[in-house]
Amino acid sequence: MTVPTIATDDLTCVFQVRQGVFKPKRPLKAVNGVSIAVNKGEVLGLVGESGCGKSTLAKMLLGLQKPSSGEIRIDGEPLTGLDRRAVARRVQPIFQDPYSSLNPRKSISSIISLPLRVHGVGGPADWERKVKEMMDLCGLPHRAYDGYPNQLSGGQRQRVAIARALVMRPEVVICDEPTSALDVSVQSQILNLLLDLQKELGLTYILISHNLAVVQHIATRVAVMYLGRIIEETDSETLFRAPRHPYTRALLDSVLTPEPGLGVPDAQLGTAFPNPIDPPPGCTFHPRCPHAMPVCRELAPRPLTVGGSMVECHLHDPDHNGQGHNGAVHGGQGDIAAQ
Amino acid sequence: MKEPGAVSLEVENLTVSIPLAEGTLRAVRGISFRVTQGETLCIVGESGCGKSLTSLALMGLLPAKAVRGADRLALHGRDLTTLTERQMSDLRGDSMAMIFQEPMTSLNPAYTIGNQLEEALRRHRPVSRGEARDRAIYLLEKVGITAAASRLQQYPHQLSGGLRQRVMIAMALMCGPDLLICDEPTTALDVTIQAQILHLLRDLQREFDMAVILITHDLGVVARMADRVAVMYAGQIVETGTAAEVFAAPTHPYTQGLLQCIPIPGRTPRGEHLGSIPGVVPSLIGEIAGCAFANRCPHAMPACRSAPPVRDLGPGRMVRCVLEPEGAAARQAELA
Repeated sequence: MTVPTIATDDLTCVFQVRQGVFKPKRPLKAVNGVSIAVNKGEVLGLVGESGCGKSTLAKMLLGLQKPSSGEIRIDGEPLTGLDRRAVARRVQPIFQDPYSSLNPRKSISSIISLPLRVHGVGGPADWERKVKEMMDLCGLPHRAYDGYPNQLSGGQRQRVAIARALVMRPEVVICDEPTSALDVSVQSQILNLLLDLQKELGLTYILISHNLAVVQHIATRVAVMYLGRIIEETDSETLFRAPRHPYTRALLDSVLTPEPGLGVPDAQLGTAFPNPIDPPPGCTFHPRCPHAMPVCRELAPRPLTVGGSMVECHLHDPDHNGQGHNGAVHGGQGDIAAQ
Repeated sequence: MKEPGAVSLEVENLTVSIPLAEGTLRAVRGISFRVTQGETLCIVGESGCGKSLTSLALMGLLPAKAVRGADRLALHGRDLTTLTERQMSDLRGDSMAMIFQEPMTSLNPAYTIGNQLEEALRRHRPVSRGEARDRAIYLLEKVGITAAASRLQQYPHQLSGGLRQRVMIAMALMCGPDLLICDEPTTALDVTIQAQILHLLRDLQREFDMAVILITHDLGVVARMADRVAVMYAGQIVETGTAAEVFAAPTHPYTQGLLQCIPIPGRTPRGEHLGSIPGVVPSLIGEIAGCAFANRCPHAMPACRSAPPVRDLGPGRMVRCVLEPEGAAARQAELA
């Protein structure tokens, strides 16, 4: 069996938060027992509403946040055994907003070469060659070499951020909403670039995005997060064609494709995203679930493998759904376009 | 005053200029449109195209430095260009209201929700606090907030983003406006909440028979919400039409380019290159000679150096381009 490039095992992150000045601290499980495995060359899309723990998971994968328990492995090696620099050599981030992720006082060459200098790779001549190589790959003109971020457009800034992430030739790139802050016409250029670089350099991406059309376009696998847990994970094609978890279904139903005349979908989700400090008992999704059964209020669903997908839902558990069947929700008209 | 199909807002040749040290920034360069009662007009464009300044100009909320000009700006036939600041302020929040993108920054954190909602009504109507409170509870329930009466004592920070945007909508509706301007109302929200808020806006528009101007960069929102669409580029409207017309047969090369840029589930092959629009938006300082899109247009020709003709393609359908509209379908097929 191949060793996954990056994998987590029952990863948990608990923050102690105080809700008022004189109130005692209470635990908030931002990430609650997440196990993922991403093979080389795969693109794992991570989707979910704000507050579901996507970004905390990303921070832990980057080594920026210590897990409370559980393990992260890169090529089978536990991350805890590696020092900060060794992690940064293999896992690099691309953030959402290229206006705040680049230091305005540093020149483009110094921004892109920083990882090389930190890791002490080669000398100044190598740095210049490597930076220019990276600028070519990312579609940045050489005249920007001595320029500053404020001379660049949003799309070019994001290209600088990508060049900086890739200059150390990492194996894994964590893209946290890489195109959300960009205009439509620039977004497509950056997505094209990410796809090209992935093929050229054999990269593995973890793509965090709330734009499901983008995830469907780029990702090979998709994991759906809800309140710190992955509630469904499968290959992209299956997930978008036949979502199994009612929450995934609702997420897909909420996507607005540019097709006039279809009106605005009503996902029937209710308004309340539950408070992560006081998660509902049983299945955390049950207060918003249109298919909730009595058992959902009491018992947390276990991870099930249904037709190659991982799903955590009592509807698919033959012990609880009363029918012993493993059908997709609503007979599987999952394709967003087929609504 | 409100009969269905009556013209709510008429705008002719609206301009917004901002004097800067380098010259005059002409952010909005003469745009004209009208919205009828019960209709949704979507103004779509990328950042810097002047769509937000247009909405602020309509509301009379432009920054002090910006200069507004218009041949005609009328709400139900009433000329807005000659109103004093005091008269304008009587109108704002009464017969025309606005919802902004970021509900946290547009609500006052130091006052309760109830206080802010009641003020919106009591500023314009001689009603008692009790009546204002009843109206606030009625509207909070209308926008789908449960336990409305107890919410009135809450402060904005105690609400989630989706709830805050619902409160903003309720506040905009306190006086029963004829015209509602929404500037990117769902950009800061999750997809699930976005669908709910847009659903709500649609329902409320029908119920209160409002004219709605929805400003957004999201083509998905435009397709699902708009009756009519105006595409803006560099301070001008380059194409208008019904949502069905613009999405089925985009005619301006910019509109065509935009539609090629977004992945459409089921239609765009996974992992394939998306279309893109090369180049950048021209500087809006001073005059732009000829077509503003010419430097990024795949069909640019010498004729584009002079101002492109505004072609009338039927009622409410317009395109600003030298190209013959007949060849548009072929040109779009070429792009794909």
